[in-house]
Amino acid sequence: MSLIDISGNLLYIAFFCYLIGTFLFGGAIKEKNDTAASRADKFGKVAIIVTIIGFIAHLAYFITRWIYTGHAPVSNMFEFTTAFGMFIVLSFIVLYYMYKVAALGVVALPIALLIIAYAAMFPTEVSPLVPSLQSHWLTIHVITAALGQSILAISSVAGLVYLLKNVNTKVRSFESIMFEMVMYCGVLVLGFVVATSTFSIMNYESKFEYVDTLDNVKQTTYMMPAIFGMNEYTELSEDKMTPVMEMPALIDARKLTTVVWSILFGSVLYLLIRLVLRRSVSSMLQPLVKRVNSQLMDEIAYRSVLIGFPVFTLGALIFAMIWAQVAWSRFWGWDPKEVWALITFLYYAAFLHLRLSKGWEGKKSAWLTLVGLLIILFNLVVVNLVIAGLHSYA
Amino acid sequence: MNKLLCECGHENPEGTKLCQKCGRPLSAEEKDKKIADMRYEGTAIRSKTHNKSIIDKVWNFFSSVKVGIALIIINLVVASIGTILPQEFYVSVATDAEKEKYYSDVYGWFGEIYYSLGLSDVYSSIWFQILVLMLGVSIIIASIDRGIPLHKSLKNQRVKRHASFMKRQRVIAEGQPIKNADDTLELVEQKLKELNYKVRREDQSILAERGRFSRYGPYVNHVGLIVFILGVMLHLIPGFYVDDSMWLREGETRAIPGMEGYFLKNDKFILETHDNAPQGEQLKQGVNVVAKNFQTNATLYKQKADAVAGQADDLEEVKEYEIRVNHPLKHEGYAFYQMDYRLNELKSMIFDLTHKETEESLGQLTIDLTNPEDEYELNDGAKVKLLAYYPDFAGFKDGVPQTATASPNNPAFIFKMFTAEKPEGETSFVAIQQTLEPNGENIYKMKFANVETRNMTGLTIRYDRTLPVLFIGGIIFMIGVVMGSYWNHRRIWIEQSADGTVHLAAHTNKNWFSMKKDLDKLTDAAHLPQYVDQQEPATNEQQELEGKEETEKEGKPL
Amino acid sequence: MDKKKRRSITRGIILAVLAVAIGYTVYAAWTKDKIEIVNVGSKAPDFEVVDLNGEKHRLADYDGKGVLLNFWGTWCAPCEREFPAMTRQYETYKDLGVQIIAVNFAQSDFEVQKYVDNMGMNFPVAIDKTKSVFTAYNIDPLPTSIFIKPDGTVDRIITGEMSEAQIASYLESIKPE
Repeated sequence: MSLIDISGNLLYIAFFCYLIGTFLFGGAIKEKNDTAASRADKFGKVAIIVTIIGFIAHLAYFITRWIYTGHAPVSNMFEFTTAFGMFIVLSFIVLYYMYKVAALGVVALPIALLIIAYAAMFPTEVSPLVPSLQSHWLTIHVITAALGQSILAISSVAGLVYLLKNVNTKVRSFESIMFEMVMYCGVLVLGFVVATSTFSIMNYESKFEYVDTLDNVKQTTYMMPAIFGMNEYTELSEDKMTPVMEMPALIDARKLTTVVWSILFGSVLYLLIRLVLRRSVSSMLQPLVKRVNSQLMDEIAYRSVLIGFPVFTLGALIFAMIWAQVAWSRFWGWDPKEVWALITFLYYAAFLHLRLSKGWEGKKSAWLTLVGLLIILFNLVVVNLVIAGLHSYA
Repeated sequence: MNKLLCECGHENPEGTKLCQKCGRPLSAEEKDKKIADMRYEGTAIRSKTHNKSIIDKVWNFFSSVKVGIALIIINLVVASIGTILPQEFYVSVATDAEKEKYYSDVYGWFGEIYYSLGLSDVYSSIWFQILVLMLGVSIIIASIDRGIPLHKSLKNQRVKRHASFMKRQRVIAEGQPIKNADDTLELVEQKLKELNYKVRREDQSILAERGRFSRYGPYVNHVGLIVFILGVMLHLIPGFYVDDSMWLREGETRAIPGMEGYFLKNDKFILETHDNAPQGEQLKQGVNVVAKNFQTNATLYKQKADAVAGQADDLEEVKEYEIRVNHPLKHEGYAFYQMDYRLNELKSMIFDLTHKETEESLGQLTIDLTNPEDEYELNDGAKVKLLAYYPDFAGFKDGVPQTATASPNNPAFIFKMFTAEKPEGETSFVAIQQTLEPNGENIYKMKFANVETRNMTGLTIRYDRTLPVLFIGGIIFMIGVVMGSYWNHRRIWIEQSADGTVHLAAHTNKNWFSMKKDLDKLTDAAHLPQYVDQQEPATNEQQELEGKEETEKEGKPL
Repeated sequence: MDKKKRRSITRGIILAVLAVAIGYTVYAAWTKDKIEIVNVGSKAPDFEVVDLNGEKHRLADYDGKGVLLNFWGTWCAPCEREFPAMTRQYETYKDLGVQIIAVNFAQSDFEVQKYVDNMGMNFPVAIDKTKSVFTAYNIDPLPTSIFIKPDGTVDRIITGEMSEAQIASYLESIKPE
């Protein structure tokens, strides 16, 4: 077994540890009146140990891959997203030892799991570095930025727990509907993973030729049955699904197809959950956090932003600018990724000001952390995959 | 100016919420609150005190945190709109008309609107720059407006505070010590010193403080931001910033734009690719090779001290350097970056003077396109005269061949071939895939044999004297933000009355969790009555109780 | 009252400084693209070129004479159109203390020599092999003509083609008294 295979297996181990950890944390916070305290202690202890084992496996994956590729494994979508998941777990472990709140694990670990699963949907091959990435700043900038983002993401984990406890899910209100939407979005990510895995197990592949915005003829390969066809497409593979609709050149129909399949799978999943449970996902999860101290959650959310903000600024703005000056001759070039790092910075700056000066605490603050997560994920997913720029991965 | 006279006799400026001496609430609004508003220590925020002249109004506008947050959000939104479509500087077309066409061709009606609204170049638009600068002004004025009074009140803190101040803090305790009531204050002092608090004692009152400097964090980071913005503004002052670029062919020496008196020679341009077989995503996107290295071997030259433009004969070599991506050549504040390249430009063309029928060659000649010669001598007295050279042949105009540019993209020649059979010479016009014989059928032809090519490198020349300013701004910002985020200002006031009753109040600007840990230790050590958090929500008592249980339970280390 | 007044003055000064800073920045950003190295009225940068006959021409040596510096290339059609007029006008003005120097944009000796032979230019033509003079004068479009007064200051900068009448009148204006 080569080093890269070992590395891949370590990632599997990490994944399963996190999965088990999630249920153990679930056990730790389960409502049981008689011996709740002892139970929580026992389950919590095992849960955190399993999580730490998972993290060590994850770290070992990271290091072995680093040794194998010769550069920090943060150079493509799979590597970066996996590292992001690892840092989320790391941040969670640190926070757990600071605050000892098991409820955080019930949310943080599934989010990390979703992120790792999402990462695994991208090509995992080792790709050599293009010249602009051949720099120590790759290691320094990306790792610091990912760490900062993951600490900020943990704040939304606390925010999510806060809302889960404090949003009245039994009453139909704007707030409860919005919160259910957040749950739905989580299921959609799962939908993406299920859709991608399903078609990849089926070995689905169909080739198309199309005309791009600049009238060049290009080829593309769909890994999912084509719902939307590229501009002026012609099918190159036989016996595959013919696109239902042709898209103008501006829209990447291949990516749109992936998005639509994910939404379809996710929505079906969501409907199944609703049909089986006969109530909303949020009200199903609500009992899990019944014994959570809201005020502590609010403080954890705020504290994570406070801890994460300087790390993020250092990694995603200051180190980024230094590297950009070295590699691209200018420290700032309004590249979409740069702009979105700035937007994240401005957003959390606004968050801190609202909290400090306007006293936005509790629910308002919790919702803000969720919007923050949205911005971070937008920066990770949309900016890399949809908006064209220097940081585009695929 | 109206002064607010506190019951304790202290005169406070108008707008003060809490007396600066004893801490009594002064405003009616403040008196109604259960917990005192401790932001800015209850001092009068300058801008909120009077609002009369225009200066005051402008000042008040910018000092408002509400306005500041609004400006942050507006900047954020505008910045995000600019990422919807690629900005003009990432679109490789030159003129405005071409840009407009590009946006409407590629992005349809949306692109047209985007372009016509100026969103395609939003970051260089004046109104965006004004928005950023307004945020800068807001940062400066709000910092002055809030920082100075805060500093004054933190500096002039009294140990003894009024009972109404104490009981309106978020965390309080009141009651008889459980034991050792006579030593309470000594025990408190000892324990708090152990916990790294600065303890001040006046009679039967104690003020213990820790991490006061963290209150200055936001002001320090704002200073850093201002220095940074100033650094960015300095770019616009002539002499601080040079941004130029140059194309340099292999073997060429050129004056460096923006760097007077210096010349750069391209000795060689190297492009290396990874030799792996493309796989996965690369294949899917049709990328066949991954570049490994772009490199220009360059030599930097300098003119002699008293030389003027155009004198490039005796240049002094400054240094040789291999310019690669991430490894710019640096000299006296200037840096040369590897940015672009073009491969395989024609450098010379090789022809055979060939007999059309026998295919027999009278010899080969190499025309150096950068320096063609008038005449090329060949074997057996044959020779070829070059009558004309058109580097970028673009057709005939009135029978005269034209060249579109000076670059050898499509070279064409007029030769006169002198051979034993035709000693008077025969004329031939030779272009790529085209030969014309204006004076009738020739016996000989110039048969194309081979080409030599060379590469061109695209370099960016950058000179940026603002970098140290930006760097210092960044460092100050980081120091400030770390000060404010990783430390917090904790204060504990304790007063013991004659009957032994202890009054305790505690405040921290953030991280109540750790503050309470400190209080737990203190309560334990000095046998104080249990403190209460007045902000704990009391909505659902049952739930609340469980919550507290949880905190206590989980508060203990494993 | 005094304190309040002082505060108003302080605020006024701070606001004024900020307003000036913003004003300058916006102004400078707006005019950034228009900054040129050589401006009308400023001293023309000294240079030295060697013409096709091997003679050196240094701007400083033409102190007291008017100089027309013409930047051109063989592929540039407007350059080609204005050379005959320039050649004719030079016949007149060379005796009136005006010197024309044509500077070619780094082309080969062969091309430039053929072009000059063909065109019959009667003024010195030099090739700026290292683009050093082009860089010093920040020349962008071709042709560009710089008219330099006898005192060495730039009288006018013309980018693009000139008519014969224009050439004559511009040369007239840089003629020494």
